[in-house]
Amino acid sequence: MIHRLFIANRGEIALRVIRTARRLGMTTILGASAADLTSLPTCLADEVVGIGPAPSSTSYLSIDNIVAAARQARADALHPGYGFLSENAAFAQALGIAGIRFTGPDVVSLQAMGDKLMARRIGAEAGLPVVPGGEAADREAVHRRAADTGYPLLLKAVAGGGGRGMKKVERPGDLDHQIDLAMAEARAAFGDPRIYVERFIGHGRHVEVQVLSDGQRAIHLGTRDCSIQRRFQKLVEEAPAPGLPAAVHDALTAAAVRLARHLHYRGAGTVEFLVDCDGFEFYFLEMNARIQVEHPVTEAITGIDLVEQQLLVAEGQPLGITQDHVKCSGHAIEVRINAEDWRRDFRPCPGRVSRACWPAGPGIRVDTHIARGSVVPPYYDSLLGKVIVAGSNRSETVARLGEALECLDIQGVQTTAGLQRRIAADPRFLAGGVDTRFFEGMGHD
Amino acid sequence: MTAGLPLTPEDVAEIVAILDRTPYERFEIGLSHYKLSVSRSGSGWVQSWEWPERTEDSTPAAASDRFTPAATLPPADGENLHVVLAPLPGTFYRAPQPGAPPFVEVGDRVGMETVIGIIETMKLMSPVHAGITGIVVAILVDNAGAVDAQAALIRIQPDGP
Repeated sequence: MIHRLFIANRGEIALRVIRTARRLGMTTILGASAADLTSLPTCLADEVVGIGPAPSSTSYLSIDNIVAAARQARADALHPGYGFLSENAAFAQALGIAGIRFTGPDVVSLQAMGDKLMARRIGAEAGLPVVPGGEAADREAVHRRAADTGYPLLLKAVAGGGGRGMKKVERPGDLDHQIDLAMAEARAAFGDPRIYVERFIGHGRHVEVQVLSDGQRAIHLGTRDCSIQRRFQKLVEEAPAPGLPAAVHDALTAAAVRLARHLHYRGAGTVEFLVDCDGFEFYFLEMNARIQVEHPVTEAITGIDLVEQQLLVAEGQPLGITQDHVKCSGHAIEVRINAEDWRRDFRPCPGRVSRACWPAGPGIRVDTHIARGSVVPPYYDSLLGKVIVAGSNRSETVARLGEALECLDIQGVQTTAGLQRRIAADPRFLAGGVDTRFFEGMGHD
Repeated sequence: MTAGLPLTPEDVAEIVAILDRTPYERFEIGLSHYKLSVSRSGSGWVQSWEWPERTEDSTPAAASDRFTPAATLPPADGENLHVVLAPLPGTFYRAPQPGAPPFVEVGDRVGMETVIGIIETMKLMSPVHAGITGIVVAILVDNAGAVDAQAALIRIQPDGP
C-alpha cells in the first residue's frame, strides 16, 4: 500500500495526480520549486516541500534534491508525472536505494526505452518495424549517417521526448547549425546532448497505443492519433485514431502489447508509431514509459483512470482489468492551450493570467492549474491547460470542441486558443485522419 | 493543508448540465479555499476559479514573478556603446553547453550575426545575436542567470566613427 505519495512535478499534471491519489486515500506531498510555491497545486496538496531554486536543473531535474525532499517527507512512493525525471533510470534507481517506490516501470525498462537508440534495437528485437537511421556519436558520425538516410532528415535527442532537441534538416548546408541547436536543447531538456539521425517520413500519421502492464500481463487501451504537431510538439490528440482499417488497428495494438510483454513492463506506457498514410505501413518510433499529456482522451473513451492504474501497479498489485474489460466507446479530442504567441512563431509568453474562463459542460473536461492571477514562469513548459471533449462519435465531438473553444477566454498572456479554433474549423480536421504535415498546410494569418 | 479538493471536472460538467435546463445565467460557489463561478457564454458555459494565494510557508525568495538579478542596468551610458538586450525572459546561457567555452568573452570581435548567448524560455532555446559589428566590452549577466525581457546582456563598442 502507498500511504504517502510524493509528486515530483508541477502544473496541471501535479493537480491531476493529486486528485486520484487523494481519492485512493493517499496523503499527497508536492515537491515545488521556488517559482511554484504559490501555484494552485501547492494549495491543493496535503503537504508541500521545497525542492530548490526556480530553474528546472536545480529543482525538478535535480535527482539529489528530490530524493532528499521525498525522504525528508517520509514518502513511501513517488509519482514523477511526465517530462522532467519521469523516465530517468538513475532517478528510479536512487529512489529504490532510498526505499521509495517509483510509480513507473523498473530501471531495466527505463534504460531500454529512455535511450531512443536502444529502444529502436529492442523494438526490432521484439519484432516491431523501425524507421531507417541510427546513432551518431559526434558531428562527423551525424554527417555519415545523413549521407545514408538522405534529406530531409530528423535529428533526435537520444534521451528525448516531447519534441525537445528534435530538428528537421532540409539540406546538407543546414546540418551543422542544426546539430548545435539539437544538442543544446537536448542537454537543457534532458541533461544528455546525444542525438541520432532518422529518415524523415513526410506523409505519415503519428499513432500511439496506450498499454498497461503489471510485469506479467499486458493489455492495450486502444489508439490515439497525435498527428497535429508543430515543431514536433503535439497540439491536438484524439482517441481512437480516426479512419484506421480494423486490421491496421489490430496489428498496431498487438505490436504494442508484444513490446510491453517483451520488456516485462510494469505500469502505464505508450508505444508510438509512425503510420504511412499510403498503405498504412507502420514503424515503431519509441515507447514513453510514463503517463502522457494526452492520457485523458483514452480515459474518456475507456472510463479507466490511468493514474489510478499506475498507482495500483506501483503498489505491487496485479492488473485488475483484462483485455475483455476494456471497451472503447465514443470519441474524445484534447487540445493543448499553451502560453505562446502562435502568430509570432509560437514565441513563449510567460506572465500573469488576468482572466481564465475555461469551457464547462457535459462532455467537457478541463485539466489545468491556471486560474485568474496565476503566474506562468519562464522556466518551464508553456502548457496552461488541456481542454478534453468527448462525444458519442467523432463528428459530435468535433462540433462540441468548436463550441467549447468559442467560450474559452484567457487574458494576460498570449495563448494558442485562437490557433486551436482554426484547427477545429479546418475542413481537413473535420474530415479526420490528417498527417503530420497538417500544420504546414494551414495559412498562418 | 486544505479541507478537501475542489469539485472535479466531472462535477462541473454535471452542475452545468443541471443549470442548462434552468433560466439561470450564472452560478457561484464560494468556500473557504476556493470560489467557482460558472456562467453562460454564447450557446455554452464557462468556468472560472479563484484561489487564495498560498502564503503561509512561502519564503520571501519565492515571489514567483520576480526574476531579475543584475540584469536591469541602464542600457545606455553615454559612451556610444551598443547594448544587446534579452529578446525574451528566461535563463541566459553564455556557452552552448556546460563546460564549453563561452560564445564570447570581453575583448572578442563580433559581427552582426555572431551568437553571443542563448536564452532558454519555456524550454525553447533562442540564440541571441550581437546585431552590430564591434568589440565586446562588458558581459552583464552570469552564465545561467535569470533575465527579464529587455534585460541588458552584453555591451559592445561598435566599429567606426
